[in-house]
Amino acid sequence: MSEYNWLTIQEARALLARREVSSVELTRAALERIEAVEDSVRSFITLTPDLAMAQAEAADRMLADGNAFPLTGIPVQVKDVMCTEGVRTTCASRMLADYVPVYNATAVERLLRQGAVMLGKGNMDEFAMGSSCENSAFHPTRNPWDAARVPGGSSGGAAASVAAGEAVYALGSDTGGSVRQPAALCGVTGLKPSYGLVSRYGLVAYASSLDQIGPIGRSVADCALTLSAIAGHDPRDATSLPLKSPGYSLPGAGADNGDLRGLRLGVPQEYFAEGLEDGVRQAVEQALATLEALGASVREVSLPSTKYALACYYIIAPSECSANLARYDGVKYGYSYDGYSYDEKAAAGMWDAMEQTRRHGFGPEVTRRIMLGTFALSAGYYDAYYLKAQQARTLIRQDFAAVFETVDALVTPTSPVVAFPIGEKTGDPVQMYLIDVCTLPVNIAGLPGLSVPCGFVSGDSHPPLPVGMQLIGPHLSEQTLLRIGHAYEQATEWHKQRPPL
Amino acid sequence: MPLDRDQVIHIAALARIGISGAEIDAYAGQLSGIIDQFEVLNELDTTGVEPTGHAGELRAVMRDDTPAESLPPDDALSNAPRREGQFFRVKAVLDE
Repeated sequence: MSEYNWLTIQEARALLARREVSSVELTRAALERIEAVEDSVRSFITLTPDLAMAQAEAADRMLADGNAFPLTGIPVQVKDVMCTEGVRTTCASRMLADYVPVYNATAVERLLRQGAVMLGKGNMDEFAMGSSCENSAFHPTRNPWDAARVPGGSSGGAAASVAAGEAVYALGSDTGGSVRQPAALCGVTGLKPSYGLVSRYGLVAYASSLDQIGPIGRSVADCALTLSAIAGHDPRDATSLPLKSPGYSLPGAGADNGDLRGLRLGVPQEYFAEGLEDGVRQAVEQALATLEALGASVREVSLPSTKYALACYYIIAPSECSANLARYDGVKYGYSYDGYSYDEKAAAGMWDAMEQTRRHGFGPEVTRRIMLGTFALSAGYYDAYYLKAQQARTLIRQDFAAVFETVDALVTPTSPVVAFPIGEKTGDPVQMYLIDVCTLPVNIAGLPGLSVPCGFVSGDSHPPLPVGMQLIGPHLSEQTLLRIGHAYEQATEWHKQRPPL
Repeated sequence: MPLDRDQVIHIAALARIGISGAEIDAYAGQLSGIIDQFEVLNELDTTGVEPTGHAGELRAVMRDDTPAESLPPDDALSNAPRREGQFFRVKAVLDE
């Protein structure tokens, strides 16, 4: 292990700028760390060491020529849901196990244009459907804090790689909490941007009205730097907002970081309800006290439609998924069933081939969600389920709009529980869905959410496990959330803790 | 249970997923358990509430209808499970 494995983007950037380290050295250190710990973490689906070394050499030339960007030469893991030209992109599905895109996702393209170094593609729940990374068709990822536990999901590989000292930062995607929840469970920082801020071009679609790409890093400032690089209009995504990346900046070391005077924070009581683990509640309450000490005012608020969010999400997301995943037909790309006997082969028509392809290509959770969505959209049930959920969505948005009349941001737990044992919830889909209860209202309303490490829960049966605090703000309030998170981070040491790996 | 075996078979057919046998009963149980959770929405008075399709701010974005370079055929076909010349190869579409 090298100290290089634990650098933030900001620290790595400073060392690179002073030529105290080269990108090749940073990349080699990352690959050595991966070699040492990957057997126990398994955060990657595909490693790209040769590509990474070539990119590192190119980055060192950019640095030597004085053409460096903030992310030049810094090793990153990319969740395997984003298309990478020439590098297989599996979505952790048998369906795309051999799929090699011919283009880059816009977010990836923007990192590469800055001279980023891609270490490989991150493990995830299949098609980003899941909260534990156990739905990967390849292998589960393990939590760096306790190998018997899940890293969260669906961007479990992204969060685990950053927490384990493998990647400096990672790109994940978040449809119902898939960046923030694994960040919380692995003790790192994760940001889901406002809907429309980051292009979804080249992000394999799950639920298009909810999906957003977001960064996972070791600090709020690192998330700010990454977001600055990937945000902004893209003509290739019709839902991309027509604005330039504002460039998210935070006060540097030694500056007055701590002042949150005048800032009004709301604490929605509905997020501190039944099912919230005591240790999580205590950590978040302690974090609220810290935020108050930094000058923010804290008041209780209410979001009465919160109890409908889970049902709303699990109708809307599967409905959109059933339409999006209709494209996997075994014809254009991806897995195609070929298990027919000689006699069957002659007789099997197109529809049978498609049904077999989809039966064998999709795992059980993806199949469940496609069927659930197909049901909710089917004749006779559309009004009772899909339309009703869309109306609930309106009420949930209105709740948020009303509280943001009186507060600047909300503070909640990111996840009601800390990392749970592998296998504990795989038999019961509803128990697994409840893990996202604090994060999915944010996607329903299209708002930004930031998860910041805020403590640990210790127990007799497990080592200390990280807790995350979620900050939620109005549409396009990323700068405010980053400022609050950064001030909190400067006043605490939670984000600097390393797992005993 | 909101979903019986026949309904699951119908949904699977609509979704073009060829599940069979014991899988059908397993999915009927699991999907019913999830759909039970949706009942909470019936408490909600949504009379006159407009549905929200997406949380974006944009509506009906159009781009200029100008020709541009598209993907070369070999690239577009590069992931095809079966191809024949410049075409995707499929099984017989028409039933006998």
